[in-house]
Amino acid sequence: MNAIIITAVWGIVMMFGGVFFKQKSTPKYWAIVGLVLTIIANGIELINQKSFFTFDLKNMLTFNSFNLTFIAVALLCTLLLFLLNGRDIEKVGNNVSEYFALIFFVLCGVSIAATFNTLLTLFLGIEILSIPLYILTASDKRNLKSNEAALKYFLMGSFSTGILLMGIAFLYGGNAATPSFYISNITIGAGKMPVMIAIGLVFILIAMSFKVSAAPFHFWAPDVYDGAPTVFTSFMATIVKAAGFIAFIRLFAYAFGTMLDQWQILITVIIAATLLIGNLTAVFQQSVKRMLAYSSIAQAGFMMFALFALNEFAKEGIVLYTAAYSLATIGLFAILIKMNDYTIDGFNGLAKQQPVLAFTATVFLLSLTGIPLTAGFQAKLFMLIAAVKDGHQNWLVIFAVLCAAISAYYYFKVIQAIYFKESNTLATQDWDITPAFKILLIITASLIVVLGIFPTLITDWLHYFL
Amino acid sequence: MDPKNISVTFPHVLIFFPLMAGLITFLFKKDAAVKSWALFSSIITLCVSLLSLYYANDSALSGLAFNYEWLKYLGASFSVSLDGMGRLLTFLTAISFPVIFVATYNTNYKNANIFYGLLLLTQAGLMGVFAASDALIFYFFWELAIIPVYFLCSKWGGEKRLQATFKFFIYTFTGSLLMLVGIIYVYLHTAPVYDVAHAVISEHSFALSYFYAAQLSANQQNWLFWLFFIAFAIKMPVFPFHTWQPDTYEQSPSAVTMVLSGVMVKMGLFGVIRWLLPMFPLAVAKFDNVVILLSIIGIVYASLLATRQDDLKRLVAYSSIAHIGLMSATIFTTKQIGLEGVMIQMFNHGINIIGLWIVIEIIEMQLGVRKISQLAGVAHKAPVLTIMLVVIAFANIALPLTNAFVGEFMMFSGLFQFNVWFAVAALVSIILAAMYTLNMVQKVFYGTANSLTDTIKEISVNEQVVLSIVVVAIFLTGIYPQPLFNLTKDTVIDIITRFK
Repeated sequence: MNAIIITAVWGIVMMFGGVFFKQKSTPKYWAIVGLVLTIIANGIELINQKSFFTFDLKNMLTFNSFNLTFIAVALLCTLLLFLLNGRDIEKVGNNVSEYFALIFFVLCGVSIAATFNTLLTLFLGIEILSIPLYILTASDKRNLKSNEAALKYFLMGSFSTGILLMGIAFLYGGNAATPSFYISNITIGAGKMPVMIAIGLVFILIAMSFKVSAAPFHFWAPDVYDGAPTVFTSFMATIVKAAGFIAFIRLFAYAFGTMLDQWQILITVIIAATLLIGNLTAVFQQSVKRMLAYSSIAQAGFMMFALFALNEFAKEGIVLYTAAYSLATIGLFAILIKMNDYTIDGFNGLAKQQPVLAFTATVFLLSLTGIPLTAGFQAKLFMLIAAVKDGHQNWLVIFAVLCAAISAYYYFKVIQAIYFKESNTLATQDWDITPAFKILLIITASLIVVLGIFPTLITDWLHYFL
Repeated sequence: MDPKNISVTFPHVLIFFPLMAGLITFLFKKDAAVKSWALFSSIITLCVSLLSLYYANDSALSGLAFNYEWLKYLGASFSVSLDGMGRLLTFLTAISFPVIFVATYNTNYKNANIFYGLLLLTQAGLMGVFAASDALIFYFFWELAIIPVYFLCSKWGGEKRLQATFKFFIYTFTGSLLMLVGIIYVYLHTAPVYDVAHAVISEHSFALSYFYAAQLSANQQNWLFWLFFIAFAIKMPVFPFHTWQPDTYEQSPSAVTMVLSGVMVKMGLFGVIRWLLPMFPLAVAKFDNVVILLSIIGIVYASLLATRQDDLKRLVAYSSIAHIGLMSATIFTTKQIGLEGVMIQMFNHGINIIGLWIVIEIIEMQLGVRKISQLAGVAHKAPVLTIMLVVIAFANIALPLTNAFVGEFMMFSGLFQFNVWFAVAALVSIILAAMYTLNMVQKVFYGTANSLTDTIKEISVNEQVVLSIVVVAIFLTGIYPQPLFNLTKDTVIDIITRFK
């Protein structure tokens, strides 16, 4: 609860503060302060199991250690984003404090989407986190790609929201018991699902798959990620996607968990399509930014295994995956922003010019591939254990690891460019890097290695209280 | 020094000392200091390994196992232990690195601190694979041994190094991932772990003993067998997964090739013996003919290709496939004499092939070419080198009095006991080995020297020392192999009893 209130309030503070801030660099510091406050408040709530605010929510939101730990991870990753990319956010345009305000509103939506207990609050959370993103995507106003990306995102996003609402309506009306929005009250009676519930489930599945860019509803993602300013792509591809997944899993586990065998085939097809399309297309990308966009689709395929299995390993795995994937991707995008040339060849010879950037980029790429000793491996391990434990569709697990092997190809292409190829252009580039930036990158890389050896640092918190 | 007072144990020193030494090596600046430090630390590792062999018969010594709780609720712990085969292979790893460092002492590598650091990290990874008694740790070290090799080959290799190393890495990575799925599946079928009060600590366990005890039906064993076997087959390599090997061996720098062929291929053989055979006996009984057939096809195919090779490195690469193919075929016969032969041959093959690579490295360093067609009459100006090489070549053919003879004789006995026709087909490889090896020796070393080989100088002291060590080892183990048998007896008996 703390996170929801404080992010909403701080967002408004940033928005109106923009009138009073004199210098361009002030909003960044206010944003960091606000985010730190939110993290502390959320942490206090996690430890004390009680929020500062008591409202009669009529059980529309639930706060347990799982939700709060996820929110903590999301907030910490956003803090990392601010610290690494604060100066780059200032470079996007003139309305700097509005950008931060919008990010805070997105975080508010993330918190609601992680803790919802009724379909209406699910809708509220998803919308609150989506609408500011449409604006953020468009913030590079003079760039045609940014405008196109925003329009694409907005139109397709609104369309999918409509489908979501329709699905909610069907679930409400088709409930075997008295109609209710509470997800724990959704019952189907014995035997197969009634038609209305089935339609509702499929519509919601389509809408949520759109939000997390799972195939075949992923077509917006590469263009939007490519067109948006890289800083906001970094935010969208990691934290927002993870929030989408948490909402997805929460809904399906509570509402449809008992009928898993009836809809598992849909998830199987989605996972197979996502992994295949994401990995195969990423192989052919020349631009690292687009490659990372497709890679995020491929990683989303892995994260969908949590929906496939819905057991303990899956739930722990999704939070671990969020952390591992966000840290690595935020780090990579932070390095990417500093390069002039976004193509793979643009990375040639980075090791000679900027050894720290090269080394940390390698750690991030190894984590995304899933090499042991990195958090990415632990995350994939948990997902694979969850999927094998479920016992159905074992071929899907083999297919997933084969796609992970394909992913090694395009991640290692970048490592090869960094270390083993000579460059002409990088030597003359003007680097806008502070020592603090390098230190932060090293801290992030160390975190990834530490989590790779001790994933229990995060997973222990998930069982703190229920 | 009372062995019972040792509070650190052999396997975990063997892993962490090279790891620390490797990390420290990155900090050095001067090349000479780097080489001395690398050599010094690898010799210390060798001494630790010799100590572990010395105390091998002291069963009261608990210093051969080390267990540290890691992911308790998952059932994974950092547990490493050494049995006979483990001690043999860690000894092979420990002795290879000083030999390699001495042999390449005069070669100057750019950024030597990173080169030697990565090599020492590879050693740590290899030790970890051989010592692991927890499946997750095994997988960790299995992957981690390859990462430094990837960087070593890509940076210091030959012209086409990037493609060759990339292919090697993706190939091996795919196999490892399939093995990971297999590991997870077996993990989920292990029994729960209880503490002293019979409360459940974790639902399943990654520990080796739990993996051995997992109850798997014949159907499950069948497809799990293939998941694991593909990973090991890519590593060894066994036909048809061998295509990465000749290119990688040719393109990688010599020191790395020595590590790859001398020690790293043993990871695959070790994996089969330690993990595959005990866990899936029903599947082994079902697929043994298939695997042996594939191995033998590989032996004959590789030997035939070796006879056509002009490049020395590729010739040795194909010869290595043939030797390893024989070992992998013999393992699946599960006959006692065959398995004993495999054990000592793992060690012998490592020594012999490192010797071969050292000679090739010397020739390439001095003359700049590796092609048989361009070399002739090296013996005129470098007789010592030639004598050493001839002995190693005889070991490659498995002539009696050399170490390889003992191993191969026993392996063929095992294969013969299993199926006469397989043995006959495999024996063809000995003839072919004699053909290509002696052909190479005659063309390169004897005959009239041409203008290029006239410039060769006699080998230097350090090279003489290491080659002498190799030659002595060849004869010693050829005449008196009993210590190696005693060392690995417990592992062989363990496997045989499973298949009775």
